Amino acid sequence: MGGYEAVIGLEIHAELRTRSKMFCSCDASFGGEPNAKTCPVCLGLPGVLPVLNRRAVELAIRLALALECEIAPRCIFHRKNYFYPDMPKNYQISQYDLPLAVRGHLDLEMEEGPFRVGITRVHLEEDTGKTVHVSESGRIHGSEYSLEDFNRAGVPLLEIVTEPDIRTPEQARLFMQELKNIMEHLDVSDCKMEEGSLRCDANISLRPRGSQDYGVKTEIKNMNSFRALYRALDYEISRQREIMENGGEIVQETRHWDADANTTTPLRTKEYAYDYRYFPEPDLVPLEPERALIEEVRASLPELPAQRRRRFREQYGLPDHDAWLLTSSKSMGDYFEEAVAKGPDPKAVSNWMMGELSAYLNARGMEIGEIKATPSQLADMVSLVEEGVISGKIAKTVFEEMLETGKDARAVIADKDLTQISDEEELAAVIAETIAENPKSVEDFRRGKEKAVSFLVGQVMKKTRGRANPQLVNELLLRELREGG
Amino acid sequence: MEDLYAKKAWELIAMLRGREVSAREVLQSVLRRIEEVEGDVHSYITLTEGEAEQAASRADEALAGGRDPGTAAGVPLAVKDVLCTRGVPTTCGSRMLEGFVPVYDATVIGRLREAGMTMMGKANMDEFAMGSSTENSAFGPTRNPWDLDRVPGGSSGGSAASVAAGEAIWALGSDTGGSIRQPASFCGLVGLKPTYGLVSRYGLVAFASSLDQVGPIARDVRDCALLLSLIAGYDPRDSTSLQVKVADYLEALEGDIRGLRVGVPGELMQEGLTPGVRANVENALRLFAELGAEVEETTLPHLDYALSAYYILAPAEASSNLARYDGVRYGLRVEGEDMLEMYGRTRAAGFGAEVKRRIMLGTYALSAGYYEAYYGQAQKVRTLILGDFRRAFERFDVLVSPTSPTPAFALGEKVEDPLAMYLSDVCTIPVNLAGIPAVSIPCGLEDGLPVGLQIMGKALGEAELLRVARVMEEALGFRERPRVARGEA
Ligand SMILES: [Zn+2]
Repeated sequence: MGGYEAVIGLEIHAELRTRSKMFCSCDASFGGEPNAKTCPVCLGLPGVLPVLNRRAVELAIRLALALECEIAPRCIFHRKNYFYPDMPKNYQISQYDLPLAVRGHLDLEMEEGPFRVGITRVHLEEDTGKTVHVSESGRIHGSEYSLEDFNRAGVPLLEIVTEPDIRTPEQARLFMQELKNIMEHLDVSDCKMEEGSLRCDANISLRPRGSQDYGVKTEIKNMNSFRALYRALDYEISRQREIMENGGEIVQETRHWDADANTTTPLRTKEYAYDYRYFPEPDLVPLEPERALIEEVRASLPELPAQRRRRFREQYGLPDHDAWLLTSSKSMGDYFEEAVAKGPDPKAVSNWMMGELSAYLNARGMEIGEIKATPSQLADMVSLVEEGVISGKIAKTVFEEMLETGKDARAVIADKDLTQISDEEELAAVIAETIAENPKSVEDFRRGKEKAVSFLVGQVMKKTRGRANPQLVNELLLRELREGG
Repeated sequence: MEDLYAKKAWELIAMLRGREVSAREVLQSVLRRIEEVEGDVHSYITLTEGEAEQAASRADEALAGGRDPGTAAGVPLAVKDVLCTRGVPTTCGSRMLEGFVPVYDATVIGRLREAGMTMMGKANMDEFAMGSSTENSAFGPTRNPWDLDRVPGGSSGGSAASVAAGEAIWALGSDTGGSIRQPASFCGLVGLKPTYGLVSRYGLVAFASSLDQVGPIARDVRDCALLLSLIAGYDPRDSTSLQVKVADYLEALEGDIRGLRVGVPGELMQEGLTPGVRANVENALRLFAELGAEVEETTLPHLDYALSAYYILAPAEASSNLARYDGVRYGLRVEGEDMLEMYGRTRAAGFGAEVKRRIMLGTYALSAGYYEAYYGQAQKVRTLILGDFRRAFERFDVLVSPTSPTPAFALGEKVEDPLAMYLSDVCTIPVNLAGIPAVSIPCGLEDGLPVGLQIMGKALGEAELLRVARVMEEALGFRERPRVARGEA
């Protein structure tokens, strides 16, 4: 970073998980034949009027409260006017100077220590439809015509704007992950970045370290994953730094993240220099959430990630690091708790999840919800290790097979004949054989090199393809060597 | 015997129920009249004879079977072409919506269907309800049945002309700045602009959402009250619709106006009134007093700014409401090299001059850097006007003024002078800004042309307003009928 620090603010859009759309009764679920989920209202036909979805308001309040925001006693909707074919009315019903909620925050922790990101505002608006450009490239330029799908038009959207409190791409990624995590716990959004139900734009500028001023910022769009967010910000920081170090000036503009080219490129001026001509939406009355409703929503808030993290430390005696990882998503925490409920040692389950399981997910880019092994299957496997049925090392092989096939640990063990050998007679034969084959090591031991035992244990394990109970082998070997001497 | 087409709705309803006439006979009478005069008057954009015949037959069958056909059954109704009618083209008087057929009924249309409505057709209007003469229709002007060289008023000119000429018994109009009351006044009829929120706007194609209301145009106050009772009431599809119990407007017609406190805002009696308008209104005020009302001049000082505020607010909302006409999903499309060119060409070809003028006015008023000076300021004026009315209604039960400063003007007279045209609504606009109800009743003639008296009431005071109007209607005894011919002058 040199002498500069980045100042980053995020603007997040999340589709709310309501049954019906924001201003009509159409099905708000994802997918479906194009335009199957539409009606006169969300198609913007002449004469129609919007009616606010109460459920969307409740969900928005839910998130706003989880982010410690103040809920406005009275807020109003505005029309944001601009022409675009995916927007049936050519204005979007949104909120402007009187949003639903303001002044919240989200606390996060990194190895360098805790940090807080301020939430400027949370407001409600409606989503737009989708334009499909019909051409070989799928791009607007050179396309013969375009088609519109209004299934998403009018789906309730939550906009969350942060203060410019973020300093690094890693912090930005962590913030987004935690926000998603919170929304999953609250069950307010599907939070699928790839389906567009969770989107994120960033404002970013650089300033000399120690300065309190703000530099000229750029707005980065089209970051469709946490990884894209990280890479785009990382790229933009180096781009801006290079310009500043060479005495150049940053141009205030909107830039588009191109994941394939690994760069941000400016959007044409025309595409963002709109004057939105906001004015109060005359078709809706001011929204005045009653105290009782707010308190009802507050009382119904489920356990949030921060609370769960604390509980994991206290209830299961997990270290900080484990608690963070296991509560990094709702499904991760649920998986852990379901497994632990079966009785195995929580720390052992945690180790498996943070180690083998996370590695497996990362390698395949999968979510925990997509794996075949169930929490209770993991619990059984951990218990088998605790009971000495299989060794820890064998267990790794077993678990991998379970993840691939969804089979029970016992079935995998039986299929592959992996039960731990704890039978002394059976082991005695192998040990005798090993001693016979390794006179030099035996000699070393007798001359006082205790380490030679480890080598011999290793040899026994090798001969039994890892199935031998290592502790028992160790014991038997020592006895044999001493007695034999 | 008077022709059926010239009768009032309540008279026909009684005759239908007494089996003196059939719904088909009433319809035939109106259809013959349409054949006679529609070529001269041009009240309609679309006639719906087929639908009307079916509705009339249904009414007759019900009556023959001793069943209730619905209050509105068998009484041909003209519907301003700004209300969405399922399966029937709805143009808003614009090329932009030529060929557009709604897939749904406006709430008021749905309610009237329930009441057995016989819809005669979709009435002509100024394009997107912007105008005061019906000359801004893309389908040609409507002429005033009292003098075919004159305008019927606007924007609900087709609705008013159809009722005046006998091409319908009653009609629905919409009123954003006077568009029901002024044509009712020009055509010698009764027109009511209800309290904002009393009648659902769902399915009313929006001009200025915070000002628009649907309302009745009819031959007398009783018909007006009846039609209002059929369309009024809370609609969950319209968030601005009021959750109130609808009064019984017919019952409310009975009674007198002894002790009624009548205020006359000086601001609405200033220069610009023709001598005949002034004389007829002053005569009406004398009648008020004779009937035991207390008439007093008063002042609502901010009304002087109403017109200016209106011509910021209404175009601002219109500029946004009319943005959806872009050629993408329905209505007119003129192809272009790319999307922007298609937008531009479509809107250039689809909208007429007055609509374009107001879209530009409104876009400008909402632009960054101008918002506070225009829209913000106009909203403040609106609040002040509302305050003026609130204070006035602490002292008065109703306020009275001319509906329009002049009787019907000549076709073409104000087409080139938008400001003169806008001034035609100077007395009616404050009512929309305040959201209160007002009714126009005929109070006399000037050079053979009807003059309208505007009576304004408290918010949701329709019952009292209609009673006052009924009493005055009786006292004024206006019985003139249009000749449907060219004027002498
Ligand atoms: Zn819909």
